[in-house]
Amino acid sequence: MNAWANIKAITKRELGGYFTSPVAYVFLVIFLLLAGFFTFTVGNFFERGEASLMSFFTWHPWLYLFLVPAAGMRLWSEERRLGTLELLLTMPITTWQAIVGKFLASWLFLIIALGLTFPVWFTVNYFGSPDNGVIVAGYVGSALLSGTYLAISCMTSAMTRNQVISFIVSVMICLFLILAGFTPVTDLLTRWASPLFVQTIAAFSVMTHFEGFQRGVIDLRDVVFFVSLIGFALFTTGVIIRGHRAG
Amino acid sequence: MIKVENLVKAFGPNRAVDDISFGVERGEVLGFIGPNGAGKSTTMRVVTGFYPPTAGRVTVGGFDVAENPLSAKRLIGYLPENAPGYADMTVHGFLSFAAELRGLRGDARKKAVVRAVETCFLDSVLYQTIDTLSKGYKHRACLAQSIIHDPDILILDEPTDGLDPNQKHEVRGLIKRMGEHKAIVFSTHILEEVEAACTRVIIIDRGKIVANGTPEELKARSEVAGAVRLKACGVTAAELNEKLSVLAARTEILSQDGAHVVARAYPRERGVNGAFAGHIAELAQRERWKLDEIHVEEGRLDEVFRAITLPDTVKGSHS
Ligand SMILES: Nc1ncnc2c1ncn2[C@@H]1O[C@H](COP(=O)(O)OP(=O)(O)O)[C@@H](O)[C@H]1O
Ligand SMILES: [Mg+2]
Repeated sequence: MNAWANIKAITKRELGGYFTSPVAYVFLVIFLLLAGFFTFTVGNFFERGEASLMSFFTWHPWLYLFLVPAAGMRLWSEERRLGTLELLLTMPITTWQAIVGKFLASWLFLIIALGLTFPVWFTVNYFGSPDNGVIVAGYVGSALLSGTYLAISCMTSAMTRNQVISFIVSVMICLFLILAGFTPVTDLLTRWASPLFVQTIAAFSVMTHFEGFQRGVIDLRDVVFFVSLIGFALFTTGVIIRGHRAG
Repeated sequence: MIKVENLVKAFGPNRAVDDISFGVERGEVLGFIGPNGAGKSTTMRVVTGFYPPTAGRVTVGGFDVAENPLSAKRLIGYLPENAPGYADMTVHGFLSFAAELRGLRGDARKKAVVRAVETCFLDSVLYQTIDTLSKGYKHRACLAQSIIHDPDILILDEPTDGLDPNQKHEVRGLIKRMGEHKAIVFSTHILEEVEAACTRVIIIDRGKIVANGTPEELKARSEVAGAVRLKACGVTAAELNEKLSVLAARTEILSQDGAHVVARAYPRERGVNGAFAGHIAELAQRERWKLDEIHVEEGRLDEVFRAITLPDTVKGSHS
């Protein structure tokens, strides 16, 4: 299909762009170092004495909070800064093909980064006998989580040609999505607000929906939550890009 | 092939393009000239489907750009202003990518890239990344991208900007050659470029078309068009002036040094014809002036350009 071929061409170009720049490798190293740091030091991986990756996945919402916006901030702002946006959108492709193509490339990159954490998985299997189904669910949830943050960064990077602003705004939005369901915050909220209100807010939080995956439960509702957030953010990206051109 | 009808493009209250209409057919090279901020790039961006029009209609090869953008875009090759390119890609990668988005696959794609590389003389930088290219090469890489699918229509926004004189000459020649079987619109602020490559010129100012015609037609509007310039020997400026007043509406002494007087005589009736020059030559013979030089002025585009786009001239009266 034509649409698919266009998306593939864009994804290929974008992904190639990641791996020809040293920034990508720096990103990967930082990602792996931080993932290890959170898991083994902050998460007390060894002291817990459990054969699970709970202490690994628990930190992902925080780990991604800065790293994903950093990976996604250049997505559209760079196209606008270089002027290649004009080139891309005057090609015989639709705006959504360009958006999906670019999003998929960055998401693949993040999934590759996540995949490179496989030594952690080897480690638990070496020391104990974890439930590998739970671990797979954790990886799926983590990938969906990074995709959600990425779609938000995609949206903010379409808003401005300034990457720093794009970064800050997307960190803010992602932070909100964490805090809305972060237990210390919800506990605090219940003192002033009705439980229903707190629950409603928490329903929008990635924490609430990521929780199940960590326990090994792939709930369709959680998947739908992440996928619809991604869809919404990408749709908004399209609206923003069209809005710029409409003047 | 391109038809623009009553096109308006506004950014907030600012009408960058204000009710413009024109058409371009195959075999035509249309030059777009106008001061900075006149609306040339904006017009091109609407034609290529990058900006939606605020009002009016653009059709390309019969397809409405707003309603059927993909079909329209397929026919167009576009070089945006400042020749953007993906900084981290090699020229070869960039052109392959463009070819892929143009729907070229496999062998067809390879051939298209080779052809574009040859046409734009990019062999020597094929595997260099775009951010390491000099401005001239970067421009040509983007130009190569625009012709990769051998489009029927080419829209080139300042294609010779930043090139050295040799490269400018090459690109002009290329435009002229391709213009024989394509419809081309290009913008520039170099007037000689228009004369060298265009079959038709549109002068645009503050979003409006202020002149539309062949380069010759526009030049004929110049004040000096049809005037006779002569360099005479053996006569004083005063005498020349007096004797010419019988024939000419006005004589302007351009310079005099010792024996030579250079003057420009304006005919009583405007228009370029040889009769006026003939009469002056006869006069010179009778008066025994030695004429070192005599010719009919064609008119100058820059003069026309300045006259029409000057702030205080009456707009629209020319078009
Ligand atoms: N994206 C935009 N937003 C707001 N104003 C714009 C935009 N693009 C162009 N303009 C305005 O439209 C006018 C015409 O610009 P442009 O078409 O680039 O002129 P030219 O190419 O003839 O130099 C200018 O006044 C410019 O400031
Ligand atoms: Mg311009």
